[in-house]
Amino acid sequence: MLLGAMFGFKVAVGTGNPWLGLLVAMLAGGMLSLLHAVVTINFQADQVVSGLATNFVGIGLSLVLGEGLSKAGTTALLPNWTVPGLSAIPILGPILFTNQSILVYFGYLLTPAVAFYINRTRPGMHLRAVGEYPSAADALGINVYRLRYLYVFIGGLLAGLAGATISLAISPGWFSELTTAGQGWIAIGIVIFAQWNPWRALAGAYMFGALRRLILDLQGPTMLLWFENPFRAQSPGFFLQMLPYALTIIILVIGSRSAMKKRVGAPAALGLPYVRGERGR
Amino acid sequence: MPQIVNAVEMRGIVKRFPGVLANDHVDFDLCQGEVHALLGENGAGKSTLMNVLAGLYKPEEGAISVEGKRVSFNSPRDAIAAGLGMVHQHFMLVPSQTVTENIILGLEAPRFVLNMAELDKKILALQEQYGLRVDPKAKIWQLSVGEQQRVEILKMLYRGARVLILDEPTAVLTPQEIKEFIATLKGMVASGHSIVFISHKLDEVLAIANRVTVLRHGRATASGVSTAGTTKRKLAELMVGRDVIFFLEKPPATPGPVVLDLQDLKAENDRGLQALKGVSLQVRAGEILGIAGVAGNGQSELAQVITGMRKALSGHVRVNGEDVVNRSPRVAINRQVAHVPEDRNGVGSAPSLSLAENLIMKSYRKAPVGSRLALNRSVIRKQAEELKTAFDIAAPNIDVQARLLSGGNLQKAILAREMSAEPKIIVAVQPTRGLDVGAIEAVQRVLLDERARGTAILLFSEELEEVMALSDRIAVIYEGQIMGEVKPEETTLEQIGLMMAGQRLENIRGETDGHE
Ligand SMILES: Nc1ncnc2c1ncn2[C@@H]1O[C@H](COP(=O)(O)OP(=O)(O)OP(=O)(O)O)[C@@H](O)[C@H]1O
Ligand SMILES: [Mg+2]
Repeated sequence: MLLGAMFGFKVAVGTGNPWLGLLVAMLAGGMLSLLHAVVTINFQADQVVSGLATNFVGIGLSLVLGEGLSKAGTTALLPNWTVPGLSAIPILGPILFTNQSILVYFGYLLTPAVAFYINRTRPGMHLRAVGEYPSAADALGINVYRLRYLYVFIGGLLAGLAGATISLAISPGWFSELTTAGQGWIAIGIVIFAQWNPWRALAGAYMFGALRRLILDLQGPTMLLWFENPFRAQSPGFFLQMLPYALTIIILVIGSRSAMKKRVGAPAALGLPYVRGERGR
Repeated sequence: MPQIVNAVEMRGIVKRFPGVLANDHVDFDLCQGEVHALLGENGAGKSTLMNVLAGLYKPEEGAISVEGKRVSFNSPRDAIAAGLGMVHQHFMLVPSQTVTENIILGLEAPRFVLNMAELDKKILALQEQYGLRVDPKAKIWQLSVGEQQRVEILKMLYRGARVLILDEPTAVLTPQEIKEFIATLKGMVASGHSIVFISHKLDEVLAIANRVTVLRHGRATASGVSTAGTTKRKLAELMVGRDVIFFLEKPPATPGPVVLDLQDLKAENDRGLQALKGVSLQVRAGEILGIAGVAGNGQSELAQVITGMRKALSGHVRVNGEDVVNRSPRVAINRQVAHVPEDRNGVGSAPSLSLAENLIMKSYRKAPVGSRLALNRSVIRKQAEELKTAFDIAAPNIDVQARLLSGGNLQKAILAREMSAEPKIIVAVQPTRGLDVGAIEAVQRVLLDERARGTAILLFSEELEEVMALSDRIAVIYEGQIMGEVKPEETTLEQIGLMMAGQRLENIRGETDGHE
């Protein structure tokens, strides 16, 4: 994400074209994910270890390549847009469809599209099989390695997109590692919480966003209803900034528990490298 | 009747694993329209040979032809395309997907969008044709093992497999399911399929197979022998290389005081349904109490409650008078309660640790194996070597990972570990399931030796013959309740069968008395 944020902003500043920035950001995320794919799929290394290492590579690259970028000033950003018609819906219209970044709408469309892909299409079914029980898929001639490569790469593209969304739309600019402020980690919790359901992923992500916003807003006013605001921004307010992360994780864990009992938890083979011919899974 | 063209011909197959020659120049023929049984001890190389045929392993040497044409498979996909379908010993199903999804997984059609309603219909039609019924919309994890197996077979039939390879299909079935299964097999043969059938149950093999091939240490000791001219005893000898005693001599019991006392135990299963509805049983020192019953009637839960692995809702587990209910597995271990669990890979062993480590897994806290801080490597190695010899565990060395052991040898390793703690109580769940005749003999011998030593033994088994042969008393469990307790010499298979189907002993006796 950070790499995407950096590349997105850098290219946008350099070329004046935010769309090109977005594209480069996605490719950068994709390329970095291929490193992770080689290590975990070809060399069957532990996914957590490789994930952490890849993360450090990404941070390092971003900081080095993003040197001086924080003083680069502003650039053309991705456009905002109001959907004609839908924005007129009372309450929901102004919240969801008025003057939002174009990427927000992309998110709206991506969720049902991915839900349909995962649940109702042949490749989506194969994706689930490879993530749940790869040896079953392998026995039926599905190329487990190729599919895992493909989806790790797509994951990387999306992470790059997420980064660029921040640096080119939500809070534009480059603030070194504070650009993303570790929000990408929340994705891990969301994968477990989502249980293959993109709508749940959407809900988890929006909840995190809402909590973050709420804390920011809480730091503003001096009075809350009739009380003095205890959350009033005492600099630096690290504790408050941590809250959305902690709360999200707690809520996600609780939300996952009931489903675990029904044995539809996170992808069952999450974190497990696949080796053909090993006994068991 | 078998025809002249061979459905499958395997010649001189060699397959090596690190330290093991799993298949050593094996020949195997399958005629069209026959059931060909593949027999052999645990670890003889049966699954390996069939995995080679199904394209999962590539052989180092040897040739395969299917219906007269030379083939070379690079993946299971090639084998499936050639009409070979294998149902594995460990099912290859995605638990979170539906029956239909599992069946169409990996196929080219439909290309992109799945029309589930239409596919479900197609699957139902296929089920009708072969009499293999299972709800297409159900998720795999909701199905019984027998139903899952039907899905595996349907998967292969849907792909148009003409040759079906079934790796120990009956090991996981209840006696009732086995009857249905055999009928299904006959139906498939009648519609032109050829079947390879791996099994350890010799009676079954003699009943359904036309011919038998026997493997021993990776080599074929008999190739395509007709079942008409052979007997159970001869087959067993070909497998094990010596005379096998099917039922061991059992000296009369000398029961001592009650060691294990279960009072009115109630517990839930994993799905939150009540699995034990008030079970009370006593086991004395030096006797074997057999628990008969169809799988899934509370046996696993009862064993887990006794060994501290599951919480009871109410009731008592008294070991030598001390109530240990709802304590912990550690307490059970310290009271010398040995556990031979049903799930050998998940509960009974740590598959990725070495054989030696698995063998000391219950004694590492105690001197001389371990102290508070460290493990004594040389003592561990010495003990492991001794146990490996004493229990005749076939493994290249004590450093192999436990998961690479064959089923029978893993079970022997678990027994070795449990018996080395000199138990006062043994809880054994399906201890001979999936084992070859030689290994079964070894396991039963261990249990009888322990009985003679004065250990109280609780034996859970679905094999009625085994329960009858080993037990001093038999209790029958049905839906979490004990239907009655009988002595093997005073009962009949029929009486036990009735109790397994849910009739209480009093009622059965009442009826027969009424007739007299
Ligand atoms: N993937 C593997 N890696 C290493 N060794 C293996 C592997 N699979 C099997 N073996 C070894 O090869 C030998 C043959 O194993 P195989 O599974 O074919 O036996 P089997 O006849 O099917 O036994 P069982 O009746 O217990 O299923 C055994 O010694 C086993 O330990
Ligand atoms: Mg096998």
